[in-house]
Amino acid sequence: MASIYAGLATSHVPAIGAAIDNARTHEPYWQPLFKGYEFARQWIGEHMPDVIILVYNDHASAFSLEIIPTFALGCADEFAPADEGWGPRPVPVVKGDAELAAHIAQSVILDEFDLTIVNRMDVDHGLTVPLSLVFGTPAAWPCRVIPLAVNVVQYPPPTGNRCFNLGRAIRKAVQSYARDLKVMVWGTGGMSHQLQGPRAGLINQPWDNSFLDRIGPDPRSLIKTSHLEYLREAGSEGIELVMWLIMRGALNDDTRVLHRFYHVPASNTAVGHLILENR
Amino acid sequence: MREPHDYDDIPGTTVFDAEQARRGYHLNMFCMALMSPTARAAFKADEAAFLKRFAMSEEQRAAVLGRDWNRMIALGGNIYFLAKLFSTDGKSFQYTAAQMTGMSQEAYAQMMLAGGRSPEGNRTQSDWKGRKDRG
Repeated sequence: MASIYAGLATSHVPAIGAAIDNARTHEPYWQPLFKGYEFARQWIGEHMPDVIILVYNDHASAFSLEIIPTFALGCADEFAPADEGWGPRPVPVVKGDAELAAHIAQSVILDEFDLTIVNRMDVDHGLTVPLSLVFGTPAAWPCRVIPLAVNVVQYPPPTGNRCFNLGRAIRKAVQSYARDLKVMVWGTGGMSHQLQGPRAGLINQPWDNSFLDRIGPDPRSLIKTSHLEYLREAGSEGIELVMWLIMRGALNDDTRVLHRFYHVPASNTAVGHLILENR
Repeated sequence: MREPHDYDDIPGTTVFDAEQARRGYHLNMFCMALMSPTARAAFKADEAAFLKRFAMSEEQRAAVLGRDWNRMIALGGNIYFLAKLFSTDGKSFQYTAAQMTGMSQEAYAQMMLAGGRSPEGNRTQSDWKGRKDRG
């Protein structure tokens, strides 16, 4: 049987991808950030998943304003890195797991989560920066990845509660899959940041740290957080954090925090990173 | 006539909701077109002519030509779409964010290194009373 053994959360700032792609990770500006991911790099080498269900948001790359799915599950065999305006990132093509993805789609739709099935989708920095942070610069990604794209571009994104419950439905789907697979779920985006308007640059360190404190032991205290609170306290783009709750919902109620990291800034953004293991 | 929303009380912030998305549809779709190298070349060769391909308002075209980022946001632009435009210009998110705050890029970068803009004094319209850019 397939099972989920751990979750990982991380910000997915595009400037981090640019630092990796341009071999600038040793620079003093970036050193403290990359140091925060050394644990994950070592740990995942010893606990390699067969498949990662990677929750992220598309940043007007695969989806324009023509079609805006709230939840879109990548069911294809592979996903190419997107050209986001400066050419595609020089990273490997992402190999999917079409069979598990189809199983998840069928299971969660019957569980009343009406997600969109996507069979052709380029993946942008939202998905590839987390892979680069954890796996570095390999010739091929070391495991399969099922992209789950969440709309956080056009307001409103789904609620934290909805995200958490989708995570629970994904857990149930994975547990009912007959093949023996080790599965991780990653939640990406955040933490506090605002990229637009005269209030750009907002960072709320106490709020972020409270979120990091609570998501492991007490996620239910976060799932009712209003969109207004995210916007006001974590910035207009900080609302991406609802995606971490899909990851959290996919884990057991009881988890252990293996690693926690918080750093300000990466470009405009507060960076948060957690690894949670099921107990 | 814009419907009132609870988030209107957040200063210096335009939430990209359904109404803004409708207003900015063609502006954002122009930005989306810049994801192809051919389109980027055509735009750079003659910006005004390229903009005519899209059913944008004159105000939106002027904001693009003037790289008035706050104006583009007010006219329905979304930052992730506008990213295609500043990337075409070879500029970064940090450069553009600095422009929108009216700070130099250096001062903005220093603010971020010092921990970013505090939420204290930046939560509500009343916090920004008297500022011209409360938006």
